[in-house]
Amino acid sequence: MEEKKLEAMEETKGVQTADSAQEEETPKKKKRLDRKQTFMLITIPIVFLFFLFNTLPLLRGVMYSFTNFRGYGDFDWVALRNYTDLFTDARVGKSYLFTFRLAVVATIVTNVISLALALGLNGKIKFKNTLRGFYFVPNVLGALVVGYIFSYIFTYIVPAFSKLLGGEGVSMLASSSWAWVAIMVVCAWQAIAMNTIIYISGLQTVPEDVYEAGAIDGATGWSSFRHLTFPLILPFFSINLVLCMKNFLMVFDQIVAMTSGGPAQSTESISYLIYNNGMSGGQFGFQSANAVLFFVVIVVISVMQMSFTNKREEQL
Amino acid sequence: MENKDVKKTKEVQNDVKDNVNEMSEQDMYKKMKQRIRNEKRAAKKSANRQINWPVTVLLILGLVTVIFPLYMTVVIAFKQPSEMTNSIRGILSLPKTWSLSNFKEAMEVTDFWNSLGNSLIITLSTVVISIVLHSMLGYVLGRMRAKNKGYKLIYFYIISGMFVPFAILMMPLVKQTSILHLDNMLGVIILYTVFYMPMNVLLYSGYLTNIPIALEEAAYVDGATTFKTYWSIVFPIMKPMHATVAILTALGTWNDVMTPLVIMSGSKNTLPLAQLSFQTQFGANYNLAFASYLLALLPIVLFYVICQKQILSGVVSGAVK
Repeated sequence: MEEKKLEAMEETKGVQTADSAQEEETPKKKKRLDRKQTFMLITIPIVFLFFLFNTLPLLRGVMYSFTNFRGYGDFDWVALRNYTDLFTDARVGKSYLFTFRLAVVATIVTNVISLALALGLNGKIKFKNTLRGFYFVPNVLGALVVGYIFSYIFTYIVPAFSKLLGGEGVSMLASSSWAWVAIMVVCAWQAIAMNTIIYISGLQTVPEDVYEAGAIDGATGWSSFRHLTFPLILPFFSINLVLCMKNFLMVFDQIVAMTSGGPAQSTESISYLIYNNGMSGGQFGFQSANAVLFFVVIVVISVMQMSFTNKREEQL
Repeated sequence: MENKDVKKTKEVQNDVKDNVNEMSEQDMYKKMKQRIRNEKRAAKKSANRQINWPVTVLLILGLVTVIFPLYMTVVIAFKQPSEMTNSIRGILSLPKTWSLSNFKEAMEVTDFWNSLGNSLIITLSTVVISIVLHSMLGYVLGRMRAKNKGYKLIYFYIISGMFVPFAILMMPLVKQTSILHLDNMLGVIILYTVFYMPMNVLLYSGYLTNIPIALEEAAYVDGATTFKTYWSIVFPIMKPMHATVAILTALGTWNDVMTPLVIMSGSKNTLPLAQLSFQTQFGANYNLAFASYLLALLPIVLFYVICQKQILSGVVSGAVK
């Protein structure tokens, strides 16, 4: 409505300037660009930039996925062969298995711990702000350097402790059945910081009188959490769940820093495999197909996120 | 004349009344103050009683998980290799002397100042360009998408970019940037500006719906162009969103490894990338490596300590919206 008024004003203004230009006949007087033209002038170049560096490479990626391109030289069209190969390739299957196992377990661990932390940090405690500040620190640190630091912890500190407790003292990172746990711990360590802050902001939306009313009805402790707190912060729970899942599925830095996909390719994430074999392994075309599949997976999860957020908007 | 006199007497009367009132008001005020003080004291006492000490202690103990890796980084960074015996005590004890020699060597080995400079250039340019371009587009789309189908389409087109993982863009982008001679810092900056566009446009156009259009109308009547109106009125109003966008974009670009790794392919280092590139040169000298890690972490930690409040609120509003 208001916008319309503005446009109407624009028209009268335009008429006026045209009139005055005719009267004075001074072409030097610059005609004001109208609102629509200015908007077009802003939108077109920026959207073009976006197309050039986001949509175009995406389309080219899809195109490459139908070729046997090695990253250099000539290539042929192979139709859907890359895609059928994807489902029989043991290494690709292994990377999806590893990535999903990591993402699911890390998501559960992260959310359980950060929800508990948030409840604590939102309670009646001393040094509230200082504690919150400290617990957020892992999130601002770079994942690669954090990976290096933890790789040292898992190679030297943890085995030394396990020896003290009578264990064998072997590094988790050297064991193909345990290396993923170490990576999961590092991923969770950083993600917990972020999720806790989101949960705290969720808990702050719960009004105090809800608990008071609940207490009158006998809801305290666990039952108060289960029946009052948790349903009320459910939207934040779903945000965290999807955010976590998406980030963990794209894990890359931690793998580079800690295991380089080893031992015995047991910790190759999807992103790492695409990077490693696509960029230097001569599988440009094949890994493009892998990337397209990965893209579809991410889209499905993002659509889930959208539907969650829409539900939340309905609630509020 | 008579009227005036009457008025005067009335005024005098009023003054007297006021004085009386003031007296009693002062008393009241004192009493009130006393009461408030007492209440505050009582509240403090009950607050102290209400503090959940077990939870506080648990949370402080839990901090070990955050502080231990950082503590370890600091002590190893300051030690000499000879102090690192193979026992845990050798690794975790405080260094005998707090010498900066490791840091000096690490700076030379990893070309620290150069990497820091590159990181700063990339992050700061990305943040500035993002704030300018994304806020403009967010403004246009925020104002137009409700009533123009074309703009609505563009809005969803840009937002859908959030779904695209870097993994699928990576290989074509390497080809494309090398053809365009953008396999350098400029290319990385352009790519970041594009990658953060969906999220930032979403934030800006969402924020804009809370800003009434009346201000723009007023400026327009005064003869300002749409462009000028935007810069002098809308842009300053969006200040809180600029802070959020700046923090989210800065944190993401500063710590990112993948984009500069594949695009610049080793020709230039950013601060995190330098750790990867020079990993082999550290060899078995963990003290040197950890001094380098600490140097790489220090700028962002300092930034966090200074702008903690803004970072926390920015991250939350970015994630929740």
